[in-house]
Amino acid sequence: MITLRVNGQVQAYDGDPSLPLLWYLRDELGLTGSKFGCGEGLCGACTVHLAGNAVRSCAVSMADAAGHEVVTIEGLDPRGDHPVQRAWRAVNVPQCGFCQAGQIMQAAALLAKTPNPTEQQITEAMDGNICRCGCYQRIQTAVRAAATGV
Amino acid sequence: MSHIDNPSHIVENVSRRGVLKGVVASGAVILVARSLPAQAAGSLPKYTTGASAMPHGTVNDPHIFVAIDSAGLVTIVAARAEMGTGAARTSLPMILADEMEADWARVRIVQGEGNEVKYGNQDTDGSRSVRHWLWPMRECGAAMRMMLETAAAARWGVPVEEVEATNHEIVHHGSGRRLGYGAVAADAAKLATPARETLRFKDPAAFRYIGTGSIPAVDLFNITTGRAIYGQDVRLPGMKYAVIARPPVLNGKLVSFDATEAMKVPGVEKVMELKGWTWPAKFQPLGGIAVIARNTGAAIKGRDKLKIVWDDGEHASYNSDSYREAMKATAAKPGQVARNEGDIDAAMKGAAKVITAEYYLPHIAHATMEPLAATAVVTDAGAEIWSSVQSPGGTRDDVAKTLGLPVEKVVVNNMLLGGGFGRKSKCDYAQEAALLSKALGGTPVKVIWTREDDLQHDYLHTVAWQRIDAALDSNNKVIGWRHRSVAPSIWSTFIPDPKHLQPLETSMGLIDMPFDIANIRCETGEAAAHTRIGWFRSVINIPQGFAVQSFAAELAAATGKDQKEMLLELIGPPRIVDPRKSVKELWNYGEPFESYPIDTGRLARVLELAAEKAGWGRKLPEGHGLGIAVHRSFVSYIATVVEVAVNKDGSWSIPRVDTAIDCGFHVNPERITSQIEGAAVMALGIAKHGAITFKNGRVQQSNFNDYQVVRISEAPKVTNVYIVPAGIEVPPSGVGEPGVPPFAPALCNAIFNATGKRIRQLPIGNTIAI
Repeated sequence: MITLRVNGQVQAYDGDPSLPLLWYLRDELGLTGSKFGCGEGLCGACTVHLAGNAVRSCAVSMADAAGHEVVTIEGLDPRGDHPVQRAWRAVNVPQCGFCQAGQIMQAAALLAKTPNPTEQQITEAMDGNICRCGCYQRIQTAVRAAATGV
Repeated sequence: MSHIDNPSHIVENVSRRGVLKGVVASGAVILVARSLPAQAAGSLPKYTTGASAMPHGTVNDPHIFVAIDSAGLVTIVAARAEMGTGAARTSLPMILADEMEADWARVRIVQGEGNEVKYGNQDTDGSRSVRHWLWPMRECGAAMRMMLETAAAARWGVPVEEVEATNHEIVHHGSGRRLGYGAVAADAAKLATPARETLRFKDPAAFRYIGTGSIPAVDLFNITTGRAIYGQDVRLPGMKYAVIARPPVLNGKLVSFDATEAMKVPGVEKVMELKGWTWPAKFQPLGGIAVIARNTGAAIKGRDKLKIVWDDGEHASYNSDSYREAMKATAAKPGQVARNEGDIDAAMKGAAKVITAEYYLPHIAHATMEPLAATAVVTDAGAEIWSSVQSPGGTRDDVAKTLGLPVEKVVVNNMLLGGGFGRKSKCDYAQEAALLSKALGGTPVKVIWTREDDLQHDYLHTVAWQRIDAALDSNNKVIGWRHRSVAPSIWSTFIPDPKHLQPLETSMGLIDMPFDIANIRCETGEAAAHTRIGWFRSVINIPQGFAVQSFAAELAAATGKDQKEMLLELIGPPRIVDPRKSVKELWNYGEPFESYPIDTGRLARVLELAAEKAGWGRKLPEGHGLGIAVHRSFVSYIATVVEVAVNKDGSWSIPRVDTAIDCGFHVNPERITSQIEGAAVMALGIAKHGAITFKNGRVQQSNFNDYQVVRISEAPKVTNVYIVPAGIEVPPSGVGEPGVPPFAPALCNAIFNATGKRIRQLPIGNTIAI
């Protein structure tokens, strides 16, 4: 039996320990905010916080997640008012929106550790998160805005 | 029938019983025939569009699109697919709301199910949404506003001429009395829709939302909080998850399979064969072996354990390297004539100089951020689908046909699309889910495509070889233009392979060429399809536009001219270019030529605008270059200036892009800007990385490691967008697609100006060999 905390709630899991955390979140818990984009840790759409670090939940097994605190986009802020979420709305970042939960979780993890990142640090931190619609210019602007306050 | 377990988080679908009941109970959507006195004629548009030629045309009836409850909450149905342009769920409802004088803060949007008889055409493709629906949405809004006014006037017992609807209430001018929209909603809902000729429209100067760019996308909050629901996110009680191993080569057949190991994977419940269709089969499934499991992870793991023997068949001969050489050889010979003006042979013979260049673009994959997914419940009672599709009405028709059901027994609920780009116009994935649910006796099944499935079983953008020969006289004036385009046709998806580009394709950058040249011949060369060919954002404008706009810059270099001046010289004086005088069939993006001609004045204007805003000719740092290109597609005119920075080691980046777009009257400039920003990124991906290649009939790429798309570190640092102002009298034109074609040639023209290196084959890669 694997236990972990997801968005503050203790969860118990007794299935295949090699199951990627992403599918446990989406299919077993119904937390569909974390998206499936590649399954290989290449696109960042499934990014969640594991013990405070941004990780690709498609590349973390349930065995690896055991005993840890997981935060998904649904748990980032109870009212959806995290500074990164506010900045995303102020800049009108999304187009289709599918990658944006992963982008926001990645940016939130960056700012938690580096509250005033340089432009280069923003670019480097966000480089693992693909946006096929091409909202990058606005992502860069929004992360900067979240750091400086909106 | 089943319903979604988490209604507050779903894209609301009107077909869902709960929502529908709510709308009806609140007193609208009840049509009672009653004639209305004729009122003063309004100002309907003086032009027509191709909307009426689309299947099921358009609908402009508020009884279909609007409901108002007694508290005044206005519900507007979004019937088209929302994939990120904002057109379906924000811009079109905004037009309706503005025209009916609704307060946007008191408007909510519900998603219409697939039903074109009810809603009109829903095929969200071809950059058509605003182009075809600006006026039907205005008409719908004007009719609703007038019905509210009529209901209020009746309530007060005053002539309707004395009342006016404004900002969610009706005012009586004589007495100053006011009634909210909610107070008269039930009465208004009983009125017949006023005739189109009697509609009175708002003065465009009075628009509250149209043209302002002040309305955020309807789904913005839900997207930023993870609540937005896409096709991948649908969950039904008792639902199973399926992934499918499809034949790796087109028309490959199953010989045998062994599921012993797959069935040992925890969570895998069933393995079964899924019927496939022989090509060409439109959007019907490829077939294969389906693994059904209690979650997606188990299904994927189970599929990895399958042992399958395929008979690859004839398309196993498809190899990209040899195919490219064959296309090149074809382009060296005369082809089928698609446009012929003057005497090209005489022009070539009499030329002082002939300049030739050839260009190659490989297949590219859509790679929508959301891989394909569809959920189905199919029982004796009928079929219900939940998916993200660009054509919900077409999906309904195709699912009905595949299942052998009347369309009335098929419900298609459309979720948000995590990108579309043309891939989600093809509903093979929805049909797969339907067939599996039927085979499982009505169990809800969600079919998930992995990224590998997505790249290896796409309806790929065609692969293309282009050759242009130009004849120049002794004054370096271009007197002859011969363009040969060799590429497998999209029509191979629908009919036995014609092996030549068809008018729909030649009209996108080949025979619509707008240059002022006396002798023109455009030809197509034979090219057979060995994979599913489909349309990708801006379609064959990408390779044909790349060739024409790169070649224009090559002519500039050969004659010592500036790229922009060369283009202006080729474009010539402002006039209407009508290739129809020598072309059998010109496909004008489905629009009447009279409403949307090829106007070189507008083409030159966006070129001048982009050049001016970009500071064309400005002094640049060492290693930098500016390049320019201009292209008309989807009846819009777009020019792009790219600034490239090339380092000594050949690595390169894009500090700045300036794009000017003339898309006629525009509704949502904020979303137009975002589309053009995004088009630059996607087009950069095509130019830099994009290549799907085949070996022995199989796609060689599998995921974002070997099919790379642009990441933030390589995206243009700044993309500036300039929209040409236009009044309501100028027909609106496309936005979603036309930003793509001019980018790659502008980039390669910039690389030439920076380095002297001319790139004729894409992708460029991470470094330029200088």
